[in-house]
Amino acid sequence: MYTQSFSVPDGEQPQASAATSAASSGKVKPISAQEAALQAAFDARIDADGRIEPQDWMPEAYRKTLVRQISQHAHSEIVGMLPEGNWISRAPSLKRKAILLAKVQDEGGHGLYLYSAAETLGTSRDQMLDALHTGRAKYSSIFNYPTLTWADVGVIGWLVDGAAIMNQIPLCRCSYGPYARAMVRVCKEESFHQRQGYEALLVMMTQGTQAQKDMVQAAVNRWWWKCLAMFGPPDADSPNSAQGMRWGIKRISNDDLRQKFVDATVPQAKVLGVTLPDPDLKWNESRQHHDYGSIDWDEFWATVNGNGPCNKERLNTRVKAWQEGAWVRDAALAHSRKQALKHHKEAA
Amino acid sequence: MSQATNTKALSEWPLWEVFVRSKQGLEHKHCGSLHASDAQHALQMARDVYTRRQEGVSIWVVPSNHITASAPEDKAEFFEPASDKIYRHPTFYTIPDEVGHM
Repeated sequence: MYTQSFSVPDGEQPQASAATSAASSGKVKPISAQEAALQAAFDARIDADGRIEPQDWMPEAYRKTLVRQISQHAHSEIVGMLPEGNWISRAPSLKRKAILLAKVQDEGGHGLYLYSAAETLGTSRDQMLDALHTGRAKYSSIFNYPTLTWADVGVIGWLVDGAAIMNQIPLCRCSYGPYARAMVRVCKEESFHQRQGYEALLVMMTQGTQAQKDMVQAAVNRWWWKCLAMFGPPDADSPNSAQGMRWGIKRISNDDLRQKFVDATVPQAKVLGVTLPDPDLKWNESRQHHDYGSIDWDEFWATVNGNGPCNKERLNTRVKAWQEGAWVRDAALAHSRKQALKHHKEAA
Repeated sequence: MSQATNTKALSEWPLWEVFVRSKQGLEHKHCGSLHASDAQHALQMARDVYTRRQEGVSIWVVPSNHITASAPEDKAEFFEPASDKIYRHPTFYTIPDEVGHM
């Protein structure tokens, strides 16, 4: 679960991103003829829609952008385990519990695929985790909202994962090979996430009591606008987009993806029997798309900047898990060293 | 990259490459990497990370630093000599139609 578009500089105010990106994407004078040739070969491969692999030469800004985006993506998967993990012990049946366990385990796996992809760029797992735990690294803001009822779990599957899939499918064609390959694996698994959420809601809407139906509608009302914001700021306010597109990291603009998501979701909501909480949402015959109301970007940025309802709680939970797991990591390493030493002695 | 504040870089579990055989009769294919303290641990982690949906019947794990790879800059020297030897392919030879499949 993530948004390809939301790649803000870690540990900086997002307002500074325009300046940062201008600095990093601006023409940097190549220092040598050799470097110029490498840059030209890189550009040619990108232009031909080719792929870049870890050992290949790449511009420093390309590497930095990827490390930031992939590690933010990985953090999002790991932090994304928390809102739903909250409901594992309270799932309404054994079947739903097994499904939710499998889904949350998948998110952990997705985090691992992505950390591995980022590591191929020369950053270490410890460095990335340290950035997350000290609050320097960002992750998707959507996980800074609480899951108040069981219906939230269904809505996260249907809408949050639905939005994530929209974002992640174009990333399967990302110019950086290891990232693209990780995304192929993630997308295959993500489809189950969306379907299980939708089906859980469907059961409540078709077989549930009025109170349960109301619970579903309330959860949709809580999450809808936040899901639209997941696609990132409007194209006009996304200074990093052009460079991302140029590098083949990003394939479809924020607004285009958002539109795709709205158009796909409206008929699904109808089948489900819920209303999407937007009085301006209507079909536009001339555009052949749905029009929708305006998103509260102030709230979005407030959450990105640490002032969402659960930012502190999420981070504290991650740090606590990391610290309390330290003895396990150390013990495993001590055990393997001991074993290696034993083998060494026996061989001698 | 700013310096990590309180991490012990040396305490990180080593990196392993994971190869999975999807079914009996097929080759093991590289599918990703992971950190684990030793080989047995790496196998268990690989099972959990890469075969949650019956993707495999056999797993290999190899310490990443034991892999020797060809360098991208040697690509021409290494692989291009094969490009002008098209006579190594069956399609280089024209055989009369009446011979049928050969």
